[in-house]
Amino acid sequence: MSDPDSPFDLGAGMAGLSTEVIDGTEAETSALNARPAPQNAPLKLVKGGASQPLRHESGVLHVSGTAAYIDDLPEPKGLLHLAPGLSTKASARILSMDLEAVRAAPGIVLVLTADDIPGHNDVSPVGKHDEPLLATDTVSYYGQMIFAVVAETRAQARAAVRLAKIIYEDLPAVLDVAQARAAGGELVWRSLTLSRGDAPAALPKAPRRVSGSLSVGGQEHFYLEGQAAMAMPGEDGEMRVWSSTQHPTETQLMVTHVLDCPGALVTVEVRRMGGGFGGKETQANGPACLTALAASITGRAAKLRLDRDDDMTITGKRHDFVIDYDVGFDDEGRIHAVDMVLAARCGWSADLSGPVTDRALFHADNAYYYPDVRLRSEPLKTNTQSNTAYRGFGGPQGIVGAERLIEEIAYATGLDPLDVRLRNAYESGTTRDLTPYHMNVEDSIAADLMKTLAEDCDYRKRREDIRAFNAKSRFIRRGIALTPVKFGIAFTATHYNQAGALVHIYTDGSVQVNHGGCEMGQGLHTKMVQIVMREFALEADRVRITATNTGKVPNTSATAASSGADLNGMAVLDAVTKIKDRLIMFAAEHWSVTEKEIAFTPDGVKAGDTLIPFPDLIKAAYFARISLSSNGFYKTPKIHWNPDTGRGRPFLYFAYGAACSEVAVDTLTGEMQIERVDILHDAGQSLNPAIDIGQVEGAFVQGAGWLTTEELVWDAAGRLRTHAPSTYKIPGCSDRPRIFNVRLLENAPNREDSIFRSKAVGEPPFVHGLSVLHAISDALASLNHYRTCPRLDAPATPETILRCADRLRKTAEAHAAPGTA
Amino acid sequence: MRDTIRFWLGDEYIVLDDVPPAMTALDWLREKRGRTGTKEGCNEGDCGACTIITVRRNTSATGTEDLAWSAVNACIQFLPMLDGAQVYTVEDLRAPSGALHPVQTAMVEQHGSQCGFCTPGFVMSMVAFRKRAETKNGPVTDTDIDDALAGNLCRCTGYAPIIRAMRQALNAGPDRFDAETAKIIRRLAEMESGAGVSISTDAGRLTIPASTDELAATLHADPAARIVAGATDVGLWVTKLGRTLTHIVFIGRIPELRHIETTAEGVTIGAAITWSEAEAPLCAIQPEMRDTFRRVAACPVRNSATLCGNIANGSPIGDGPPLLIAANAELLLRKGDQKRRISLEKFFIEYGVQDRAPDEFIEAVFVPAPKEGTLFRGYKISKRFDQDISAVMAGFSLTLRDGCIRTARLAFGGMAAIPKRAAAAEAALTGRPWDEAALAAARDAISQDFTPLSDLRASAWYRLEVARNLLTRFHAETAGPEPVRLSVRTSCEETLHV
Repeated sequence: MSDPDSPFDLGAGMAGLSTEVIDGTEAETSALNARPAPQNAPLKLVKGGASQPLRHESGVLHVSGTAAYIDDLPEPKGLLHLAPGLSTKASARILSMDLEAVRAAPGIVLVLTADDIPGHNDVSPVGKHDEPLLATDTVSYYGQMIFAVVAETRAQARAAVRLAKIIYEDLPAVLDVAQARAAGGELVWRSLTLSRGDAPAALPKAPRRVSGSLSVGGQEHFYLEGQAAMAMPGEDGEMRVWSSTQHPTETQLMVTHVLDCPGALVTVEVRRMGGGFGGKETQANGPACLTALAASITGRAAKLRLDRDDDMTITGKRHDFVIDYDVGFDDEGRIHAVDMVLAARCGWSADLSGPVTDRALFHADNAYYYPDVRLRSEPLKTNTQSNTAYRGFGGPQGIVGAERLIEEIAYATGLDPLDVRLRNAYESGTTRDLTPYHMNVEDSIAADLMKTLAEDCDYRKRREDIRAFNAKSRFIRRGIALTPVKFGIAFTATHYNQAGALVHIYTDGSVQVNHGGCEMGQGLHTKMVQIVMREFALEADRVRITATNTGKVPNTSATAASSGADLNGMAVLDAVTKIKDRLIMFAAEHWSVTEKEIAFTPDGVKAGDTLIPFPDLIKAAYFARISLSSNGFYKTPKIHWNPDTGRGRPFLYFAYGAACSEVAVDTLTGEMQIERVDILHDAGQSLNPAIDIGQVEGAFVQGAGWLTTEELVWDAAGRLRTHAPSTYKIPGCSDRPRIFNVRLLENAPNREDSIFRSKAVGEPPFVHGLSVLHAISDALASLNHYRTCPRLDAPATPETILRCADRLRKTAEAHAAPGTA
Repeated sequence: MRDTIRFWLGDEYIVLDDVPPAMTALDWLREKRGRTGTKEGCNEGDCGACTIITVRRNTSATGTEDLAWSAVNACIQFLPMLDGAQVYTVEDLRAPSGALHPVQTAMVEQHGSQCGFCTPGFVMSMVAFRKRAETKNGPVTDTDIDDALAGNLCRCTGYAPIIRAMRQALNAGPDRFDAETAKIIRRLAEMESGAGVSISTDAGRLTIPASTDELAATLHADPAARIVAGATDVGLWVTKLGRTLTHIVFIGRIPELRHIETTAEGVTIGAAITWSEAEAPLCAIQPEMRDTFRRVAACPVRNSATLCGNIANGSPIGDGPPLLIAANAELLLRKGDQKRRISLEKFFIEYGVQDRAPDEFIEAVFVPAPKEGTLFRGYKISKRFDQDISAVMAGFSLTLRDGCIRTARLAFGGMAAIPKRAAAAEAALTGRPWDEAALAAARDAISQDFTPLSDLRASAWYRLEVARNLLTRFHAETAGPEPVRLSVRTSCEETLHV
C-alpha cells in the first residue's frame, strides 16, 4: 500500500476498498451490465481507476506553480486590460456621467458604457431580462457595474476608473428582508408553496406548539482566484473567451447576446478555476462579456481580472434567510405539523434566486418526516448584490430551519436533541416516508447513520461529561451536537440533467477525454480520467483530460448541484463504451475469439489466450479503419417536477451523512473553538475515496465558517463593508477542528444507477457545519441550565454568542430571583 | 549612493535601475518576470496566495552565521524592499533534475491541493517553516504549524490534508537549498556594500538610507517623503486606495534601526525590527506577551511589519500600542540631530494625529522590565482567532505591594479614537486589594472611560461588554484559580480514521 513513487499511494488505510467488493457490487446491482461488458469477471482493476484513490490530476502542477489559471495564460500581443466602474449608491437615478477625465487618463484606449453594446444589454441567466451588463439610467445596488475602462495596462485601467464623475439622485432603497417586507415585499421570482396535509389545521391540534423566527447569514464564496476572463477576437466575427466559469455554455450564450452574434462564432474555454463553490455559475458572465465586448470593438485581445474588493463588492453571495416557523409536536418529541416561511434576501435581480429558494424548501425537512406541512418561500428583491448559487444552493438554509425545529422540541420536552432527530427521521417503506413535495424517500439511512456515529464517537457519554464539566466551569462552557444531512441530488430544472463527453484514442494508444464539466478543485477531471482508466485498464499517464471547451462538447449544463461526476461520468462512460464495443467486436474478429473472451486488463487486452498491448490493439484497429473517437451522452432518468402543483420527484436519490461536533465557548468574550468533529458520510461506492474525503473535510470547514466567523456587513447606505479578507473572515488553519475524524460509509453502493454506484459529494457535506452551530447552542444552553432553547442565530460570531449568553444569563438570574415564577 | 537595487531571484542576479518605488514585488514577478506561480488572491496581505521567501543573513543573535528564511507577502512588498536579499518563488523549489521539493511531494501525496490556487503560497510558507523548524528546540507542535500557516487561506481543503503534508515534510530529507547555504551566504555578503540607494524615476523617488544620519538628512530635505519599514500598511495605500507615493524612504536595512538592546532596565527595539524579530527579546522580559504576539498578525505579516511601524501609523486598532502602553513603554524620536524620549501613551494625540513632526522619525521603542510583583496580561479579541484585526485589544498591568494595587495600567485598543488607558477604571483599582470588589468597581468605571464605536468588527455594546469581561478574565487568571481561556493545540492530536 505504500509505494512512494506511485501516483495513487495514499498511506495506510486510505483505500478502504477491495476490488472484489467493487466487482461483486456491480455484478449484483448494476444495470450497467446491460451493456456488452467483458463477462469473464472478476477482473483485475487497474490501480487508481474509478472507485479507488488517485491523486489530483493537476497536483504536481499545483505545487509547482505551473497550473495555469486565466491570469497566468500567455498574454496575446497587444492585450488590453479592463477595470469596471461601480455604482456608489444602493438605489439611484444617474443624472449625469462625466467620463472625460477617465478617457483622458494615461493609457486609456476605450471606455465602455451600455451604449457600446451592439446586442442586448442583458446577462440575466434565467431569461428574465432584469440584469443589464452595464447600468443605464438607474443603479440598483452599491457596486453595480456602470462602465468599464479599457487600457494598455491593468494599473492604468484601475487608476482611471477613479476619475469618473457621476451624479446621482437617490431613490428609496431596501437592503434586507425586514426592509423589503416593510416596503411591500417585492419578489424577484414567484413564491413556491410545498404542502401536504393541512398544517394550519393540524398545528392547533398538536399537544405542544412552538413558534419563532431565526436568521441565518449569507456567505461570500471567497474562491481564491477571483473572477477573470480573457477574450481574443478571431476572423469574421469569431470570438474565443477564456473564462473562470462553472458554466461555459451559459457564458457563451451571454457573449452572443451582448455581441448579437450566433453561438457558433463564440468558443468558451476553461481548464480550471481557482475555486468556484457556485460563485462562478452565473457571476463569471459579466467579466467574460465585458472582455468580449472590448475585444470585439478594438480588435485586440482583452482581459479582466477583478480586484478582490471589486469582486466581493460586485458579485452575489449565498442568500441570507429569515425563517419564521411554527411547529406542533407531542411530549415524545414527535412532530405533528410544520408551517414555515423562508424569506431570502435575493438582491437586485432574479439571477438563480428562484431555484435557490425552491431548494431551500426542498430541504426544510432535512431528514425528518413532517405529517402535516406547509412551506412557503419569499424571494425578496433588495438593493444589494444579486445573491446566487453557493454550495448547497439554498439547501443548507432550509436545513437550518429544520434543525431549529428539532432544537425547540428538544428544549420544550427535555429530550436529548439526538433522540428528537431519531424519532422524526424518515422511515422508508412506511407511511412516514413522504416529503413535502410528495416524493417517497426510498432510501432513508439517516437514523442508522446517526446511531452508528453516536456509537462510534461516544456521543452519549461525552454529552454527560460535558454537562458535568459545565456545572463546575464558570466561564468556559462546552457543548456537543450530532446532526444529520439528507441532500437531494439532481438539478431541479429537469433539462439541466444532461451531459456530453468526447473521447479520442490516438494511434499510439493514448486517450484524450473531454466532457462538459468544469474543474474547480473538486477533482472532477481526476474522476473522469479514472473512469477511462478503469474501462480500458490504462494507467493514469495514458489518459489525458483537456480543458472544458464549448467547441468540443456543446450545450452543457453548469458544473453545479453536485452533479459534475454523476452527469459527466455517465457521459464519459457512454463515450468509452461506444469505442470499447467497437474494439471488442474488432478484436474478436481479428483474433478469432468470441466477444466474451475479450478483456481489458492492466497487463493488456486479452483475446482468449492472446495478450495484446493496448497500443497494438489500437494500431491494428486503426489500420482496420475502426473509429477511435466517440461522443457520449447522458440524461438522468426518473426525475420530474411540477412547481405549479408542488409535486414530483425532483431528485434521483439522496446523499446522507451525520456529523458530531464538540466545542468550547468562552462566555466572557464569545470566542469559540471546535474541539472535536466526527463525520460519517455517504458517498455511495465512492469514485475516489481520497478526493471524497477531501470534499467532506473542506465542506465541513466551509460550512462551519458560514455559521460562525463569516459575517457580511452592509452599512446604512447599502455598501458592503466586508469586501476583502481583512474584513471578511473565512476559517483559517487554526479554526479547523482540534480532532477531525472523517469516514466514508462503507459498502454503501447507490441504489440508483449512478456512475459506478457512487453518490454526489460536492454539496451534501457542507451541511455538516451545522453541528458546530448546534454544539455552540448546547454550550450556551448551560447558562440557563438547559431550560430554554438558546435560539442562537447565525453566523455565531463572538458577538452573537456573547449576546446570546447575556440573554440566557439574565433569564437564569430572573428565574433564580426570589419572588419570580 | 547606489542608483540600483539588486537581489538574487533564484539563481539569477537582478540589478534594476528604473524601479517605480511603489511597484509591488508581486506585480514585478508576474508582469515583468512571467513568474505566474505566485498568485494574487487579495492584494492586501491577507490570503497568502502571493507568499514568497526572502533569505537574509542572521548574525545578530549568537554571532554564528546562519540564514533567516522568511515567508512574506509579495503583494504588499515594494520591489525595492527586496534589495540585498536572496528571493525565492515557487518556481525555484524543484531541483534542477525536476525532482519536487519535499514539501511539494508531501502536498501531492497528502492531497493537499484541490483548486490549487492557494497552493504555491502554502508551499512557500511550508518551506520557510521547515527551515525555521530545523533550529527549533523541542518537537514541532500543531500550534507551531497553525501559526506558520495562519497567513495562508485555503477555501477547499479545510486544511486537514495540508497539516498532514506539513507533518510529512517535516520528517522528510534535505532539500536543494541545504547544500547551497554557503553559496547563499556568499551572495548575500557580496551585496552588502554599506552604501545607501537613491533612484529617481518618472513614477517617483526611492531612497534607502544607509544610516540614521542619512535618514535624518533625507527627511529634512523632503519632509513629505513617506517612511516605509514593512509596508504592511502603506502597501495597501497603493494596492487598494490607489494612492501615489512620490518619495518612498525605506528604512528596513538601516543598521542603527535594526538594533535590539537588552539591559537590566529593559529592552530597546529599533524601528526596523519586525514583529517576528521582536518576539523573543520582548517576551524574554514579559512572557505574558507571547500569546498576543502570535495573534497580532500571521507569520508573513509579522516577518515584514515592524513593532515601531505599528506605533507610527497611529491606528486606534493597532495591537502593539495597548500592550506596550500597559508595559509603560517609551518612544525614542529623532529630528535632524535632535533626539527626544516620550512616554508612548503621549504619542497618540487624537485620531490621525501623533506627536511627530513631518521630518521626525521613530528610532526605537523602549520597554522597561516589569517590576517585581507585576501582574501583566495581553488580550486580543477578534472575530477570527488568527490574522484578524482586533475588535478589542487590551494590555493590563498591575503592580501589587502588600496585597494592594499600587499602580494600575489598563490600556485598550478599539475602544476610542486612539489607543487609550482606562483612567477611571485604573483609579477604581488603585490602593485596593485585587479582589472581587475592586474588580466590580473597575468594571463599572469602564463605561466612564470609553464610548466605543459600532462598526463591521463589533458593536459598541460588544466592545464595552468585552472590555469589562476582560477585566474579569484578568482577575480570574491572576487572583483566582480558574483557567479562563480556550485551550491551545499542544501536540499532534489529529487522527484520521478511514
